[in-house]
Formats: sequence, C-alpha cells, structure tokens
Amino acid sequence: MSNTHETPVATGLAERMPGWLFPRLSGLHIVALFIALLLTGLLLIPVAQVIFVAFQNPATGALTLQNFVDFFGTSLFRESFWNSFYVSAMSVVVATAIALPLAYITTRFHFSGSILIQSLGFIPLIMPPFVGAVAMQLIFGRNGTVNLLLGERFGINIPFMEGLNGVILVQSIHYFPFILINLSASLRNIDRSMEEAAQNLGSSGMRLFRKIVFPLAMPGYVAGAALVFIKVFDDLGTPLLLNVNNMLAPQAYLRISGVGISDPMGYVISVILVAFSILSLWASFLVMRGKDYATVQKGGGGMAKRDLKPAEKVAAYGVVIFILLVVLSPHIGLALLSFGTIWSFAPLPDAYTLQNYVTMWAGSKTFIVNTVLYAGIAATLDVILGTAIAYIVIRTKIFGRKGLDYLATAALAVPGVVLGIGYLRTFHAIDVPLIGKPLASWWVIIAMALMIRRLPYALRACMAALQQVSLALEEAAESLGATKRRTIQKVVVPLMTGGILAGFVTSFATAAVELSATIMLVSSNNDAPLAYGIYLFMQTPSGRGAGAALGIVAVIVVAIGTIASQIIIERDKKLKASGDVQ
Amino acid sequence: MKKAGITIKDLHLSFGPTEVLKGVNLDIKPGEFFAFLGPSGSGKSTLLRSIAGFGPRPKGSILIGGKDVVALDPWKRNVGMVFQSYALWPHMSVRDNVAFGLRERRIPAADIATKVQEGLELVGLAHLADRMPNQLSGGQQQRVALARTVVTEPEVLLLDEPLSNLDASLRVQMRRELLRLQRKLGLTTIFVTHDQEEANTTSDRMAVLDGGVIQQIGTPQELYDTPANLFVANFLGTANILEGKVETEGGQARFRTTTGDTLALPEGKTASGTNIVLRPQNITLQRDPGANALAGQVLHREFLGGQIRYLIKAGGAEIVVDQSHRAGRDWFEPGMAVHLLANTDSAVVL
Repeated sequence: MSNTHETPVATGLAERMPGWLFPRLSGLHIVALFIALLLTGLLLIPVAQVIFVAFQNPATGALTLQNFVDFFGTSLFRESFWNSFYVSAMSVVVATAIALPLAYITTRFHFSGSILIQSLGFIPLIMPPFVGAVAMQLIFGRNGTVNLLLGERFGINIPFMEGLNGVILVQSIHYFPFILINLSASLRNIDRSMEEAAQNLGSSGMRLFRKIVFPLAMPGYVAGAALVFIKVFDDLGTPLLLNVNNMLAPQAYLRISGVGISDPMGYVISVILVAFSILSLWASFLVMRGKDYATVQKGGGGMAKRDLKPAEKVAAYGVVIFILLVVLSPHIGLALLSFGTIWSFAPLPDAYTLQNYVTMWAGSKTFIVNTVLYAGIAATLDVILGTAIAYIVIRTKIFGRKGLDYLATAALAVPGVVLGIGYLRTFHAIDVPLIGKPLASWWVIIAMALMIRRLPYALRACMAALQQVSLALEEAAESLGATKRRTIQKVVVPLMTGGILAGFVTSFATAAVELSATIMLVSSNNDAPLAYGIYLFMQTPSGRGAGAALGIVAVIVVAIGTIASQIIIERDKKLKASGDVQ
Repeated sequence: MKKAGITIKDLHLSFGPTEVLKGVNLDIKPGEFFAFLGPSGSGKSTLLRSIAGFGPRPKGSILIGGKDVVALDPWKRNVGMVFQSYALWPHMSVRDNVAFGLRERRIPAADIATKVQEGLELVGLAHLADRMPNQLSGGQQQRVALARTVVTEPEVLLLDEPLSNLDASLRVQMRRELLRLQRKLGLTTIFVTHDQEEANTTSDRMAVLDGGVIQQIGTPQELYDTPANLFVANFLGTANILEGKVETEGGQARFRTTTGDTLALPEGKTASGTNIVLRPQNITLQRDPGANALAGQVLHREFLGGQIRYLIKAGGAEIVVDQSHRAGRDWFEPGMAVHLLANTDSAVVL
C-alpha cells in the first residue's frame, strides 16, 4: 500500500494501445458481462428466434405477414383466440367475486375468521392448477359429487365443468389469491386519517367507500387482476388436462408437438401470447405509475375497523366458509382421489386405501429425483444470479447495469410455452459435445428453462434483501479495513441471507411444479420432472389415483417451501428490526 | 496511539454537474478535536466522507500524517469513522462487531480478545459483549460503534453527526463522554455537526462551511466574537446586522446607519465595511435618550426564563435584544418607545 502508482516495468501491447480498447475490467465487470451473455443466450435469442420465425415464410425464409393472415383466416384459431380471451376475462371476474368479500371483511371489520382467510386464502397458490383440475372434475363435473347430489334432491345438473366453464372455474379458484393479496394490501395501507378526514368533511357509508377507499385501493386491485389475466391467458396445463384444446396455449403446444417445429402457427400464437403479456404488464404499470399510495404515515394505523353486529357476523362467517369450501375443493378432491379405490359416478370414493401411494412411489422415483435435480439447479442459479445482479444494479455504476435488471425481469413477459418453443427452435441444431444429442433434448436445458422462468422472482427477493442493507453497514466495514470482496463476503451476503434463502425456497417450490415450459422440452420419460409425471398419470383413468398421490406430494413440497420462506422472512425482519438506526 | 495531523489542499468534488466542495484548504493539528459546522447541504459530510475515502474521488490532496490518501481505497486508510446511524452489523454480536476491524488486520486471536475487552471497557459495555445490536439502546449502540472504531487504533477519528440519533438529555452526557475519551486517547478527531452548541462545547477549533466553501476557521470563541463574514455571524448565535457605512470625524470613527443614526466606534478601532454586527446581549434598553443611543419601538416580547427577549424596530431593522431577568424588575411593553445603547467594543464591522 506504500506505492499505488507503480509503473509496470514491462509495457505490453495493451499498454501502448488506446485505453478504450482495453478497458480495465474489475471482477464485477466480468461477472456482469457473463450474466449478460447468459441471459442473451437463454432468453433473448430464443424469444427473438420465435418472433422472427412467426414473421418468416416457412418455405423461402422471406419476411412476411402471411402467417398472421393464415392464422386469423382459420376458424379454429380465431375461436381459440376468442376462447383464451373470454376465459381470461371471466376468470378475472370470478376471481374478483371470490377475493373481494374476503378482502373487504378482513380489512374493514373485527372478524375472528380473518386469520383463517389469511392463511387458507393462499392455499390455492401452493397447488399447480392442472393438478386440481382432475379433482375438480370429480367434484363439480357432470357426474361429480355436487351434481349427483343436486340431481338426487332437485333433479338439476349445473355444467360447472363443461368446456370453457371448467377452465374458468379451475383458474379463478387457483389464481384469486393474487387479487386477494394485492387488494388486501392496498386496503390495509390506506391511512385511517384519509378516511377520517373524509368523515370529518361529511362523507360516509358507500359514498366514502366509492370516493376515497376504492380509488386508493384501485392500483392494488388492477395489479392483481392483470396478473390473473395473463397467468390464465398463458396457462397450458389446465386446458390440456381438462381436454379443452381450442385455446391459444394448447394450440401452440399441439402444433409444435404434432405438426413439428417448422410449422409457423405455433410461433404466431407465441407472438400473440407475448404481446398480450407485455400489454397487460404495461397496463398495470400505467395504472400503478405515480399511484404508489404509501399512505401509512407515522402513527397511522391502517383503516378503521368496526365490530360486526351478531346477524352480520353470521352472514360473514357463512360467506367466508362457503368461499373457503369452494376454494379448498381441489385439495379435498385430490386427497380423496389419492386415498380412494374407485371413484366414479358416486359422490365419494367407494373405499379408501394407501395403494395409490405405493403405485405412485414405485412409478415415479425418477420424476421426484429429476424434480429435485432440476428445481435445485434452477433455484441455486437463480439466487446466485439474483444476488449478483442486485449488487451490480444497486451498488455499482457499471455501464448498462439497468439493462441487466430489465433483461432478467423480461422473463416475466415470456409465457412458458413460448420459452419452450424458443428453446426447441434455437437449440435443436446445437449438439452437446460428449452427450451426442441436441442441446434441446438434453435434460440440462429443462433446468435452464426453469431457471430463466423463476429468475425475475428470485431477483426481486434479492433486491429487496440488498435494499435493506444500509450502505453505512458496508462503509463501516470498509473503513475498518475490509476490502470490497471481504465486505461482500462478511457483511453484505450474510445480511442478505434471509432474503436469498426465501428466494431460493420460493424458486425451488414453484419450479418443482412448473409444467408449461417443461412439457415442451421433455424428450423422454426418463428426463421428466414431477409435474410432467402427474400429467402422464392423469392421462389414464387407472393412473388417476397414483397421479393424485403424486399431486399431494407436489402440494406438500410447495407448502413446506412457502411456509419455510415465510418463517425465514419473519425471523430476518426481527433481527434487523433495530440493528441500524436510519 | 499515533497522532496524525490532516492537511487538505485545494479539494474539489462534484456530484455530476453539482460542485459540492469548491476548493477546501484546511490544516488540522495532531490530537486536535476539530468540528465541521454548517447547515445541511454545506458539504461538511461530503468533506468528512472524502477523508474516509467514500463517495467519488475528489480532486486535490488529503494528507494524513503527511501521506496523500486521495487515491487510496477506504480500507487502505487508517481512518476510523463512526456513522450517524452507528451501522452496527445486526448479524454479529457486540463482540464480533468490535473484533471485525482487528480480524481484518489479521491480528492473533488472543490479542483480539484482549483488545476487544479493553475497547468495551473503555466505553463501559464489557458486560454486554454477547448481546446482539438490536438488544441495545441507542446510547449503547453508539458506544459500541465508538469502541469498534477505536480498537483498530486509527490515526484519525471521524464522527458523522454522532449525537443526532440520541434524545436531548443523553446527547449532553454523550457529548461529554466523547470529549473525555478523545482527551484520554489523544486521537485527532473530526466531528461533523449542524448544531453549534455541540461544536462549541467539544471542539478545540472548528471550520464553518457553507456552499462547499470553508467560511472561517478558528476556536469557537474567535468565530463567535470576530466572525469573518455575515454568514458566520448569522450562523453562530443570533446577530443583529445594521447596514450603513463607517465615517471618521476628528479621529473618531462612527458607524452611520442607512436611517441616519450613528454609533460611535471605540477609540483606536479602525474598521471598514457596510454592516455592523451587534449581539443581542451587548445591547441595553433604556427609557431615556442618551449619547450613542438608537431610538426605537418595542414590537414584541418573549419571556425565556433567565432572559427576556425583545424585538425592537430601530436603525432601519428589527433588532433582537436580550435583557437578563430579575424578579420585580419592570418590563418594556410592546408599543413603548425605547432607546438602545449598543456596546460597540464587542461589535464587528463587516
């Protein structure tokens, strides 16, 4: 440290060239460059490839709009397009109908059932929607429990699960928590004084709700609704399992897997899916922009809650219990199915057994091992990349750092089907050395797809974790003699551990049940993960019991993951509560 | 411990297009307790952070113990900094926090244990070594932060608004303790604050900063009694400033205000300037006119306990006058005509 301006004795070629040709790269620069290359190869190029092929004449390779003309000229595709749109919009409506009363009751009243809603309300998210679809058919289908009972008593049959209705029901039950979470959060964040100020000025009742509470909660609702819309629009597994093929995502899958990867229709559908994703993310961004009503001031205590009258209490419990029963029906159905012997044309299974679990275990060890492997690789890489990107974006001035953030986050707008198609198209011509098969059909590519799909979520978790580490904590370490690298190692990463771990667990749990990208990329049953295994089991009536048992395993995996990440986050919050006064 | 002096020469620093430090020159003697005083945005924290090596690299030089450190990374400067937020690492115990800098210096474990113990004893917290930071009160966190810094035996101790997160009574106590500690260790110390009372009571000398420029350097008393410019006069304590000019008649200098009133300046005092600075306690109020007295009218009166503060319209300005209060003494009522007798011995013409 005595002399930092030492002139190197040997002046190499690099020294004599202009400085911009050989920029001095720090370790972080190299990491940033590597991440940029990785994301370009695994996200940008495959998606660009899909979009490019959609505008290309399959025979000549010339740029054309003919594929889109053909697409809208085919009645099946027009119908699929309309169906996807209709199902998504209706799912938002039904999901709102489920979420609104729950959010309203928990945030506005002293209601002892609130804790029930808060915990049980999130349960749908821990089950992949396609897993619940089969169970839902047994309960709400034409010959399911509900309709059998209705037929017996009243002689009526309600087509809950017929065609598109089934998809809407399954999806809205599965995705309503997105609206519930966002809506409750914005309702809870409205400062009591906002409401009291309005009351003080003479407003009350519905008028107060319409003029003050609703507008303040609107951004949260729209964000949730946009998320539900796009999730449903992109989803492949549910319509596929319910055998509803006249929708966009199943059509894309069927064209690519049936007709082949040179058929342009799959690509056209992909472009439409991506366009809608971007559109709905953009719409929710526009609504949210400048309306981040962080209105809870110091001392403010959220919204005023009032007590329910006895009659209201009964009604509230009635509504909540009814909704929760509907919401939990896929889980109940799945559990019954997994423990049942034969369940057909009867309100409940004929008898109960553990045989399905034995069959499942014998037939799906590979699925489980594969899942742990793929999801483990994906989640590990996600948190490593997430931590690195978060540090580069927040703490350094490296050129183009924002670009890294945008690129990683752009994966949000890429539906799984599209990423799968992109990988097939881009990597089928690249052979893996030593393995002797195309990269597109090597199992590692499945893990890569999962990694890219979960990266945006892991990145958000890491960024949030890093933002909580005050800069002074790093500077304190540096002024006590720790270098940048040591500071990251001893202070930054340990303080981020909670967030990183939570990000890992969430990524792992959700990657473990992801179907839409993997279904395109699984080249042999030996490479298949758990979600694909459930899909295979569910294809045959005799395999349904074992499939349900595997589904239960999936639910438990995701549940443990979710609970674990919650515990980690809570514990972390407590630790940091007063360590650094800001 | 080593005592090092600090010499700062022509230091410039910009955040993008905004120039935050505009040519700072400063000499701090070894072992001195020095304060940077200034309003927010004056550049005082930026200057302190430059000495520690944080933020963009400034132009100019910073010599610590004769060695230029401008190009050195923070971890290569032997400069201890105590942060405004204390910046204790919440994932480490008090002991580990204090040991951190020693471990980074690769000191043998046995020595570390001794030094940590000594450091914690110095601040009276040896019994809390195994606590986590979030189990400590604000004052205790502050002491840990201090111990963590001094155990590494820095050449210079930097304190960034160290008292601002404490409540008022603790602040006075901590202020004395800081001074006691500094005297004991003999460390060259720089203390950044926007609170003149803190600067006045602790520092040997201080620098008043404004707009990225040092306005004046000196002991607290020098700065108060002989401010170099209107900013310093106004920033330290309350100052009444009357505009006008200096006239000399028969060897006697007088200050004539813009309203035509005159104030005789003491004999032998040569002064030039267009403003005269009068401190509130150097003016007396009387009912009758007199030589060298300004006529005015009471606008407002505040009872402050030991003192009564009057706002008087006189000499083309509103003048603050403090009169000490004694029981039974008459007050001047708002609206009354009064005469101000200024003690020009202590007045400064700028």
